[in-house]
Amino acid sequence: MKTAMKTKTFLLSGLLVALVLGGVVSFYASSHPDGLEYVAEEVGFIDSAGDHAAADGPMADYAVKGVDDQRLAGGLAGVIGIGVTLLLAGGIAFAVRRRGGSGADGADVDRAPVPSER
Amino acid sequence: MHVPDGFLDAPTSIATGAVAVAGIAVALRGARRELDDRTAPMAGLVAAFVFAAQMLNFPVGAGTSGHLLGGALAAVLVGPWTAALCLAVVLLVQGLLFADGGITALGTNISLFSIVAVGVGWLVFAGLRAVLPTRLSIVPAAAGVAAFVSVPVTAAVFVGLFAIGGQAPVPLDTMLTAMLGWHVLIGVGEALITGLVVSSVVAARPDLCFGARPALRARREALVASTGQQAAA
Repeated sequence: MKTAMKTKTFLLSGLLVALVLGGVVSFYASSHPDGLEYVAEEVGFIDSAGDHAAADGPMADYAVKGVDDQRLAGGLAGVIGIGVTLLLAGGIAFAVRRRGGSGADGADVDRAPVPSER
Repeated sequence: MHVPDGFLDAPTSIATGAVAVAGIAVALRGARRELDDRTAPMAGLVAAFVFAAQMLNFPVGAGTSGHLLGGALAAVLVGPWTAALCLAVVLLVQGLLFADGGITALGTNISLFSIVAVGVGWLVFAGLRAVLPTRLSIVPAAAGVAAFVSVPVTAAVFVGLFAIGGQAPVPLDTMLTAMLGWHVLIGVGEALITGLVVSSVVAARPDLCFGARPALRARREALVASTGQQAAA
């Protein structure tokens, strides 16, 4: 039987992928309007959009204010956003989880044999 | 598909806000059954991943782009209730810190992403899983199909909300056709990304993919049965 990846390795690799996507790859994302925005322009209701209340915020539109280099400003915004999202969602998940390991739902049965993990 | 402030009138925005609050309350209860010490970190990671992936607009033709919604992806990886919470956190962070998605439209966006996209994504996935063989190999494909379906359905629900409380007099049939056309294309991207990510997780740690649990259990039972037969022989 193949050895499963350690949980810590798995989680850290996943986070690394997210950070590379949000911090580096995001610079190369398409800057064209998305489907909804494009349709709003085409069909003619884009003008009903108001200015965003946080449009002057320090990280509005995924660019950290005061950082001149666009690549860095965007990358930094991505990394900060990922960090905040991770902590907030992770925090909520820990707060509502069942305490004391895996429980009722048969999650224990689903546990992969990971000999090295203890 | 982040709805900005102003597209929908105040009564509609208040109504979607109430729907979103009720949805989150139900999801908080439901997520309790999905989350334990082992899966709680996955919820944080999935939310962070969806946030990152939503920064990556991919081109879908003449002057248009799309990005992952992530509803089906999150539902398959951490379960539908937890996924609804993950998407709500992503939208909250995007709206408050990055001016992406209106603040008065937060209820609308949470209703669309956390309830419609996650809900449709999970129902299609669970439906396919019920009729297909209980095998790990079908999980990424079923997730991809669910992801594909979730995008145009979410787009259509937005048009429905616009029909109720849209702030501009536009022909709704033209709008529906345009929204469905573009979001079917965006759905193809959604399906590819979802299938790829789910297959990576299933390859590395199938036990950390919520939607793969029945297949994993079946595989283990088959394994136990075959070793039992060997022992008896």
